Amino acid sequence: MSVKEAMGCKEHFRKAVWETPFHARTSALNIVNQWHAWKDYTTADAFFDEQLEYAAIRNACAVFDLTPMTKHLITGPDALAFLNRLVTRDVAKIRPGMVGYTIWCDDNGQVIDDGTIFHLREGVYRLCSQERQLDWLTRNAFGFDVTIVEDTHDVAGLALQGPTSCAVLKAIGCTGVQNLKPFAIGFFQFHGTELTVSRTGFTGDLGYELWIEPAQALELWDALFDKGKIHGIRPMGTHALEVARIEAGFLAAQVDFHPADQTIMADRSRSPFELDLGRLVDFGKPCFNGRRALLAEQAKGSRYRFVRLDVEGNKPARSAYIYDKDKNVVGTVTSAEWSPSAKKNIALASLHMPWGRPGDELWAEIYYQRELKWYKVMARCQVAEQPFWDPPRKRATPAQDY
Amino acid sequence: MTKYDAIVIGAGHNGLTNAAYLARAGLKVLVVERNPWIGGAAVSREIEKGWMYSNCSYVCSLLRPELFRDLELARHGLQVVPYGGGVSITSNGDILGNYTHEEVQRREFARHNPRDADAYDRYSTDVMRQCKFIRPMLLRTPPDPTSFKPRDLKEMIFLGKELKKFGEQFIYDTLRFYSMSIADFLNEYFESDTIKCHLSGSGIIGSAMGVYSPGTAYVLLHHYMGDVDGSIGAWGFARGGMGAVSKSIANALKSFGGEIVVDAPVRQVIVKGGRVAGVATENGTEYYADVVVSNLDPRRTYTKIFDPKDLPPVIVEKAKNWKIRGSSGKLNIALDGLPEFPALGKDNPLAFGDIHFLDSLEKMERAYDDWKNGTWSKEPYLDLLIPSMTDPTMAPPGKHFMSVFVQYVPPFIHGREWTDADREGFKNTVLDQIGRYSPNFRSLVRHVECRTPRELEAEVGLTEGNIFHGELTMDQLLFNRPFPGYAQYRGPIRGFYMCGSGTHPGGGVMSAPGANAAREILMDLGRPNIVPEGWSDD
Repeated sequence: MSVKEAMGCKEHFRKAVWETPFHARTSALNIVNQWHAWKDYTTADAFFDEQLEYAAIRNACAVFDLTPMTKHLITGPDALAFLNRLVTRDVAKIRPGMVGYTIWCDDNGQVIDDGTIFHLREGVYRLCSQERQLDWLTRNAFGFDVTIVEDTHDVAGLALQGPTSCAVLKAIGCTGVQNLKPFAIGFFQFHGTELTVSRTGFTGDLGYELWIEPAQALELWDALFDKGKIHGIRPMGTHALEVARIEAGFLAAQVDFHPADQTIMADRSRSPFELDLGRLVDFGKPCFNGRRALLAEQAKGSRYRFVRLDVEGNKPARSAYIYDKDKNVVGTVTSAEWSPSAKKNIALASLHMPWGRPGDELWAEIYYQRELKWYKVMARCQVAEQPFWDPPRKRATPAQDY
Repeated sequence: MTKYDAIVIGAGHNGLTNAAYLARAGLKVLVVERNPWIGGAAVSREIEKGWMYSNCSYVCSLLRPELFRDLELARHGLQVVPYGGGVSITSNGDILGNYTHEEVQRREFARHNPRDADAYDRYSTDVMRQCKFIRPMLLRTPPDPTSFKPRDLKEMIFLGKELKKFGEQFIYDTLRFYSMSIADFLNEYFESDTIKCHLSGSGIIGSAMGVYSPGTAYVLLHHYMGDVDGSIGAWGFARGGMGAVSKSIANALKSFGGEIVVDAPVRQVIVKGGRVAGVATENGTEYYADVVVSNLDPRRTYTKIFDPKDLPPVIVEKAKNWKIRGSSGKLNIALDGLPEFPALGKDNPLAFGDIHFLDSLEKMERAYDDWKNGTWSKEPYLDLLIPSMTDPTMAPPGKHFMSVFVQYVPPFIHGREWTDADREGFKNTVLDQIGRYSPNFRSLVRHVECRTPRELEAEVGLTEGNIFHGELTMDQLLFNRPFPGYAQYRGPIRGFYMCGSGTHPGGGVMSAPGANAAREILMDLGRPNIVPEGWSDD
């Protein structure tokens, strides 16, 4: 029985966490047997060695099972108008066959979630998000001729990320995939079914996301690992992906910001500007959720600034307080890792305004343990203007084999 | 006759809490109790040999953890165990359960309505925001908004600051929430009638109001704002029944040197020269003290145990007008085995929690209509639990204790007193309803303690059997509880105080009114405060 079938029956409670369509393969490869629950599914923390899995992302290619990601199919004559009212950016600019990263806000201009809009075919959209959105989408659909269906369980998804990812896809029969531009979608035949490939990902590198019917999931996995072997393919877990995600400077809901519709206290949610996502707000659109509040914020100023920090030393500044030169708390780190590619100690942080300006003196308070003894360091932080990892191959089209 | 520093009338959990703090502060304290046992409505009694009933209140969540800890109730014998689960069974054999695992719970909602499954997150966030707002108010004396005393101004500023933390929108939401009906509130989130009626039960328990009556949304909050070990909204069993709560507080009281006298119904509060002097009991004994505290409800306090000539007439009038309406009954049932509920299937963990038989908001409103028509509901709302599934001390091994809270049950039948025949009819209505969902239930019934408002008033002293000592509506909450101008636990006569559920923050086995009253009394006596105050779980 699948989780989707289980939802139709009273006895579903006998199993709380389910397996994705790739589980037969991922479980065989997961020699460390480390898993955690991601929404309905169990998902791998790691497979064999987090550092080597990470290395595969940057050096060859690695595969991540993203089936549990929430997906909504949005169709109907008003699909575009509906999405344009929902999100902050101009969805009309996402042409058929393209993907757009976006955020959406509540009426107070606070970010509910971020995600990607796949313009699969003319007027057919898929919205992928961290949190489930059926309630919010439905509430936003008054007056629009639009159909919204959550189809998370109908699509199996894999991320194939890294410099050799294009070579692997060509090897499994995705002819011409190298010509897909960043954020473009291609459709390929795979063993008699349609394989959707988008040049997207969460690693800030050359990489693709693959979407297929769950029944074909294992065949896809096997083909990738069969043809990918000579290209250094490896499975990766969430821990390796997390390092790559922070290097790329991508946000994670529930980590770098708290979804506004689940936030109890008013000062704990964030606006797009407060997440350094002002570029995704298009005031040229006459009407979208949060527009009025965001215009007011622009006039009045934001409460917070989201920054990338280059932290002195090599101790990751996880959950650290950030201080100014007078030892006042001016913010907190939301994500932090040692960056193996940049060879830097990196962090994402939310600071109170006006801190985070170029030249501001900032310090992270870091605690770490050696042989059960605790140490504290105050590490100087520099605000970084660019992502810590942004290789030209990420954008190069046609994609090379590397 | 020895003179006490303070006398508390009624050994319910609030009276005992109040007395415990006064005794701990060094006062010589006496609690006078009309029954041969203590506990009031937080009581466990062995009526059928081998079975321990939670005769009135039956589950625990509101008991303030600060008081539990401060009075060392664990050391005095109290153990509260969370139970989880809970389910509504519909007449077509479907169910809607409360599963503890977040994803299982979501799937359970999605089975009924996929959108409602997502809306539940929004609902939970909004209700949690209300919980977070009210929780710091529970162990505080409500400010008088008409007063310019520094402490009232300070408290009003505190309240304003708390409100502001949640954002401007919250002020609108809160004013609406406190005045709207639970049905209207749920309609803003959910489409499925099953989901709505499942969640609405907490809005009407203990209230003579229907799901469409304004004010019932707050009653839901009153059932959500407690916690078990920081899990807000969770409920647990007091091991050994709810009497274990009262017993542990009584043990704390005794450890501080306090005394309890049972079988001593108070006939009258003695008033001399415009201030209290003690109490006289029905059996002719008089106890003296300069401080007298009533754990009785406001109606009973000012209309039964005072000479009305000793009271300002407006107080007698307010007490008579106090909205305290009987709406509930209780069946405590000894069972020779575990009843089966075919709709739940085998070994369903939902059965550890509250079981309801529900179909729609409409049907719940019809149950309320019966009450308005002067009779018990023909299709009553039941809150049914089998505590012995969790707590092995409640029944012999293999046997079970079932607690059935019933709504709606009027204080009078078509305006006249209840008769034994009425009670029998009421009992059978309830047993029949359970029997429809559990084929083997009737054959397992060994003993039933059936309590209508008549018994609840006669035995426990709850006016009309109202479990909250008065409706939890905005006109009777915060600075209006019990009466405007009297919300700070002081009565109209010098030395007289109130400490029961008829004072802020209201009913439920919370102990907050008792503790708050003790703080005020110690202040008046010029003693340092030793009672926990406020709360900071953000």
